[in-house]
Amino acid sequence: MSKINPENMTCPLPLSDYPYVTMAHGSGGRMMQQLIDKMFCAIFTDVQPNDCAIVNIPQEHIAMTTDSFVVNPLFFPGGNIGSLAINGTVNDLAMGGARAKYISASFILEEGLAMETLWQVVQAMGYAAEVAGVAIVTGDTKVVERGKGDGIYINTTGIGVLEHKHTIAPNKVKAGDVVILSGDIGRHGIAVMAGREGLSLSGAVKSDCAPLAEPVLDMLQAGIAPHCLRDATRGGVAAVLNEIATAAQLQINISETAIPVNEAVRGACEILGLDPLHIANEGCFIAFVAAKDQNKALQIMQKHNQQAVVIGTVIGTATSGNDGMVILETPIGGTRILDMPVGEILPRIC
Amino acid sequence: MKYLDEYRDAETAQKYIAAISDITTKPWTIMEICGGQTHAIIRYGIQELLPDAITLVHGPGCPVCVTPIEKIDKALDIAALSNVIFCSFGDMLRVPGSDKDLLSVRATGGDVRIVYSPLDAVQIAKDNPDKEVVFFAIGFETTAPANAMAVHMASEMGLENFSLLVSHVLVPPAMETILSNPDSKVQGFLAAGHVCAVMGTQAYEPIAVKYKTPIVVTGFEPVDILQGIYMCIKQLENEQAKVENPYARVVSERGNAHAQELTSQVFQVTPRQWRGIGEIPESGWSLNKNYANFDAELRFDMAECEHKECSDCISGEIIQGLKKPINCPQFGKNCTPDHPLGAPMVSTEGACAAYYRYKISGIKKSEVA
Repeated sequence: MSKINPENMTCPLPLSDYPYVTMAHGSGGRMMQQLIDKMFCAIFTDVQPNDCAIVNIPQEHIAMTTDSFVVNPLFFPGGNIGSLAINGTVNDLAMGGARAKYISASFILEEGLAMETLWQVVQAMGYAAEVAGVAIVTGDTKVVERGKGDGIYINTTGIGVLEHKHTIAPNKVKAGDVVILSGDIGRHGIAVMAGREGLSLSGAVKSDCAPLAEPVLDMLQAGIAPHCLRDATRGGVAAVLNEIATAAQLQINISETAIPVNEAVRGACEILGLDPLHIANEGCFIAFVAAKDQNKALQIMQKHNQQAVVIGTVIGTATSGNDGMVILETPIGGTRILDMPVGEILPRIC
Repeated sequence: MKYLDEYRDAETAQKYIAAISDITTKPWTIMEICGGQTHAIIRYGIQELLPDAITLVHGPGCPVCVTPIEKIDKALDIAALSNVIFCSFGDMLRVPGSDKDLLSVRATGGDVRIVYSPLDAVQIAKDNPDKEVVFFAIGFETTAPANAMAVHMASEMGLENFSLLVSHVLVPPAMETILSNPDSKVQGFLAAGHVCAVMGTQAYEPIAVKYKTPIVVTGFEPVDILQGIYMCIKQLENEQAKVENPYARVVSERGNAHAQELTSQVFQVTPRQWRGIGEIPESGWSLNKNYANFDAELRFDMAECEHKECSDCISGEIIQGLKKPINCPQFGKNCTPDHPLGAPMVSTEGACAAYYRYKISGIKKSEVA
């Protein structure tokens, strides 16, 4: 049973007095203390009331990661900046094969932000942390003048533990490895873009924002040592595959028809002239596993998401010089190089 | 997805590829007019599936590629003004002017916004009465009706703070320019399906006859394109030169009468500079005298500056089908989508960007030579 039920909770700060974040909420005085005690600590029950948190880690090797979250709009179908800030860091740890244990949360708030908005974000963080089994143990709050921020920026730093001895990294990818995608792609990027640009798409697209540790930890527990794991966030599947092909100096062959894309996402991409392979995800990852582990790994991944599917293979030294490359087989049987997206993704004219 | 999946069907595509091989007896060069078709040809790897005897060259139908540098420099100057909200379609933002692009103007404080429709810009003008809102109205006959509608609506609403920076271009005069060039290798055209959806197919009949060149109205999905190539080759092999329309699910002979009426109310035919090609007579649309007060060029009296086109860029030859992107010494070296020297390296519809992005894995030896 969840400790947090957002339906039944109202903001504990006296909203009539402080309906908005003021500069005083970041000044280190009584109002800041009140914000920390009544809002943050009401939800982040593991926070330690010191300048630093002391945590217990029995393992020899720990994993550590940090990420900053800036998203416009703050709320989008399927999540908000709070759920993103927890899941993003949990997922970065999971991609190293680590179980997330502790997280710090640092907020930069813009003067004038509605306290109710902050409250919803904080609750979403608490809920996401609880689902992912991670403790938010320390944090920080700063307030910047109105007009100098985008409402809320959040930085989270995570510490995870490695309960195995495998190295999971791009340079472990070998010729013959199979490439497994954990689910359908493009939902997060399209949901955020639709929210930001006010696009009314037929069929609501919800972000796929979700923690990804469970399928990874299940694979490790089943004795599978994935060679490399990567969540397909900014730049989408295309960027991730290219990064790994380049790092491993190998060629990756992918079948475009194998890649699941939900109809509403496909429709939005067709209208806007975007490639789903370039669109960001927040709950989808790519696993490179040895061919012998293919069936077992796929089975485990499908237990968590039925759409998990083998999308390609690694075929050895890249054919063009020394650079790694990704070759995509098109639906009509042609081939092309799948490149990284360039800069900001811009919709086409017609 | 209806109207998409059946035109991306592998089996149908393979049937057309086999049929094209069967009827091809000699080398032919075909130009697809539209950048959207170029994008699809390269995205689906169509070129490498065709017989070696068939060469596809890529036409001038990429709106951002042919917008002249003078207009882009003007856009950059207007967008930098403090009382202006400058609205544009997304892929115009990275097109290089003489020394910067709209993204740099935005980064240095200009209010440059991406919109998805010119009507969004009208709404922005309504919501910001103390600002001048300018929409960058570029593109072919396809985008013109929506721009005409925006001006028409702004006029009806009595909006005095809305204007268009117009650089519309027209397809048929560009086709004639290409065919008149003695160096042209183009023997058949895949006409741009969406342009024809608006304007119909009648304007192409005299071109097909005068230049003895087959013109096949073609869509944008792989099966559409293969069907267009098949019909074009069939005409060439049979020494025919007529207009055919296999894209009848979208295009009628007379086109969209309502859209044509609206554009003729708002725009007038004008000579137009094409980036990389030069001036083509009667090849563009500008606002007519009834709507002159919505013309950003008249509203903002910007001083003429010197326009610096990159001397290493051969985009003019590329969009006339005289050369391929891979024939350019700068391609993929000094000119990449991150640092484009010319407009065709910017938009995904630009031939250079399409080649770069998808780097056709099976580039034919004959093309490189």
